[in-house]
Amino acid sequence: MGYNCVVLIKQVPDTKKITGDVMNDDGTVKRSALPAIFNPEDLNALELALEIKDRFGGHITVITMGLPAASAVLRDSLFRGADEAILVTDRRCAASDTLATSYILSCAVKKLDYDIVLCGRQAIDGDTAQVGPQLAEKLGVTQITYVEELIGLDGSTITAQRNIGNGWQQVKAELPVLVTVMGVANEPRVAAAKMMMKYKKALTPFEVEGKIKAENREAGEADIKELAEHKCSKLVEKGLLIKQWDLDVLEADLDWCGQSGSPTKVHRIQSVVLAAKESKEVEPNAKGISDMIHELIEEKTIA
Amino acid sequence: MANFYRDNNDIQFLFRHIDLGKPAEVCEEGFKFANEFESAPADAEEAVVNYDMVLDSLGQLCGDFIAPRAEDVDRQGNILNKDGSVTRAEGIKGAIEKLGQAEVMGFTLPHRFGGLNFPNIIYSMAIEILSRGDAALMNIFGLQGIAETINAFASEEIKQKYLPDFSAGKVTGAMVLTEPDAGSDLQAVKLRAFEDKDGNWFLHGVKRFITNGCGEVLLVLARSEPDRSGGLGLSLFVCTPGPTVHIRRLEDKLGIHGSPTCEIFFDNTPCEIIGERQRGLVTYVMSLMNGARIGIAGQSMGIAEAAFRVARDYASTRKQFGVAIEKLPAVRDMLIDMKVSIEAGRALLYETSRVVDLELGYARQLETNPPEDKAEAKQLKNESRKYKRYAGMLTPMSKYYCSEMCNSVTYDSIQVLGGSGYMRDYPCERYARDARITTIYEGTSQLQVVAAVRGVCSGTAEKFLTELASQDFDEKVKDLLETLAAGTEQLKESIAYVKEQGNEYMDLYGRALVDIAIDLINGYLFCGQASTKVDMQVPVAENGQAGNEQTVSMKERKATVARRYITKNASKIAALAELIRTGDKSTFSDYEAMVGPVPVE
Repeated sequence: MGYNCVVLIKQVPDTKKITGDVMNDDGTVKRSALPAIFNPEDLNALELALEIKDRFGGHITVITMGLPAASAVLRDSLFRGADEAILVTDRRCAASDTLATSYILSCAVKKLDYDIVLCGRQAIDGDTAQVGPQLAEKLGVTQITYVEELIGLDGSTITAQRNIGNGWQQVKAELPVLVTVMGVANEPRVAAAKMMMKYKKALTPFEVEGKIKAENREAGEADIKELAEHKCSKLVEKGLLIKQWDLDVLEADLDWCGQSGSPTKVHRIQSVVLAAKESKEVEPNAKGISDMIHELIEEKTIA
Repeated sequence: MANFYRDNNDIQFLFRHIDLGKPAEVCEEGFKFANEFESAPADAEEAVVNYDMVLDSLGQLCGDFIAPRAEDVDRQGNILNKDGSVTRAEGIKGAIEKLGQAEVMGFTLPHRFGGLNFPNIIYSMAIEILSRGDAALMNIFGLQGIAETINAFASEEIKQKYLPDFSAGKVTGAMVLTEPDAGSDLQAVKLRAFEDKDGNWFLHGVKRFITNGCGEVLLVLARSEPDRSGGLGLSLFVCTPGPTVHIRRLEDKLGIHGSPTCEIFFDNTPCEIIGERQRGLVTYVMSLMNGARIGIAGQSMGIAEAAFRVARDYASTRKQFGVAIEKLPAVRDMLIDMKVSIEAGRALLYETSRVVDLELGYARQLETNPPEDKAEAKQLKNESRKYKRYAGMLTPMSKYYCSEMCNSVTYDSIQVLGGSGYMRDYPCERYARDARITTIYEGTSQLQVVAAVRGVCSGTAEKFLTELASQDFDEKVKDLLETLAAGTEQLKESIAYVKEQGNEYMDLYGRALVDIAIDLINGYLFCGQASTKVDMQVPVAENGQAGNEQTVSMKERKATVARRYITKNASKIAALAELIRTGDKSTFSDYEAMVGPVPVE
């Protein structure tokens, strides 16, 4: 039997590329200065879903919540073998913290038929690891977090091994479940050639409209809308339309979304200054290393 | 996170510089497949986007997954189990799975069999990128010519049986040609093929040195006509492993440890014939070998690129006498020569692959969809014939040049690292070991020269050089073109001299003649790159060292490379031409005097 998997993914700034140039004076990051990438552990979640599909069959739906540009990670998911992609985007989602985000995502997931919901353990921008667990609570399903290995799937029972910090724990649960997946769980596959060649043309309605506007600069609003609708229906026929849901489609309670749904208060930002002056060259010989170790011990960096 | 396609400025540049639209058009037969297959491109522009995306994905797989496992693969090698099965190295097993998922195992196969239908030039790029990650893996990824041979010559039934599985990455193949007494001389193949009274074919005999002989689809060259010696007694067969196919031994090799080299005993193995009887060697294997030779040239490029990068990194960080060693003239000279010869090899290989694409494309058009207009048909025929001749000369040239270059670059890579390069702590020694086979298999360098020298002496080289010289070039390479024209004159004089001396003399000085021709061809290709219409900026520090944002125009860079290459080779060409015209035949006349008496057989 096959399993319906829903994978939640996020487009994030590539925080590995942070240098002094992309930091604001207040200690926040200029997001626009960093390349936007597929959150690494979400790729592991997608890979786990693909492995489940390879072994048992089923259907994979990928959801992301974000700006219209986040469609890039949805296309990337289709390239790797996802069957369907949904973009949740709405200006009213802006300023959502993890609680509001998990509420909005729960509204989206509830619209789908699912056996397993998969998330990356955490995103590299916020590093909270909260959205997955909060989403499981809102869906009212069992959660297995920090999954490193899928031991087995048998009928409606899943067995997985999770990392609990000082060891591992094997957990057996009845479906449906939500799992959050660690980076060590697998090696994500790369985009598949024929999938790329096909799905490179997949677009969201927002992108279709943008393209039509660019191609018909003279046309009026109504004409553009009509042309866009026509193009969208053609894309649907070819299976190339990425679904786009807003909060109205989700029938979300607006009090729970965006700023009003976000109780998180930033207490303090510690500004980390990245500058070369803090680096120190150590001679690659025994004396250099011995000096460095002594210095680290004196500074109580190591004991 | 490394991407072996994106991080290679020269490949990025050539991808833009070379007109890929033409190979795309002939491969896609005028883009007629777009309506039938979701993945087929509708025009040249879309085809090029597809090529770029697929190479990008492969580049990522090679950088992130394949390369980090290559050292373990080299140490593990393959194991022949007691039951005759072969266990591959973990990294190779994983890579085969990932390549299948990436849908790149049917790179050049037609859409209808689940392939990508990509041209050879893109396949050459892919093979280079993959071989930079792990040269041994190329012997599986780069054996797609086996599927191509089935596609070109086998019956529809056999195609349907095997090709979709190749595309899906479910099977790998082997070219089962060599025998203990039939290596370079395949006409001596003895393995017997016989028919029972119902017309079923069987194979009996031993094959040796079979790359990936434990693969799932075996193309076997066998003697179907017991009374007929030589190539015309041979036919080509396909079979799958089973109780009658015994892997008897795995060779213990110098390099490419991840690639299993098998001795196989066929004990009355059922098989099917490919195409017609007696055409096995003369038509099918010759075609298979041509593709495989281009594959080895690509493999050589990848190994050389990997070796150069290690040497460059080391030379820029290793300090001696108070400076980075790349500041020392002797080291710096080595690094420039390595880099320039890599770019020369790449220019030659990609040009060869482009020519092969046009050759195959025009031949296919003549066969399946010839123009109705007589004049047009005649012109197409002429073009087809011309590209066939060019391909016949350029293919052995590429295999010869790239594999020899790769050996020299990996050798120098160890030299740059000095004592460290000799140790297994660095990958240079592995690259040098992997490189060593490239001048040997799929035809030794000596045999490539024999194949190429015919083209050089029959006027094909002159014609090709004239065509290259007639392109539009920028003013700044004009003096270089004069140097190349002078070199071409020396080549012509050498050819005339050799022809006066006879065929034996031509073989004796074949290598010198071919060397001159290749240097001239590469010179023109560099001048073409220096006159490109699609310039791009590249960082001066290729590894993107922090803080160094300085860039250089690839076009200007190529003008510098062209100048270095052409100037340096001008004196080499003069010396070779002089050598050819010495008339020295001591190799024939004084062999025993110098080497010792020849034992009586």
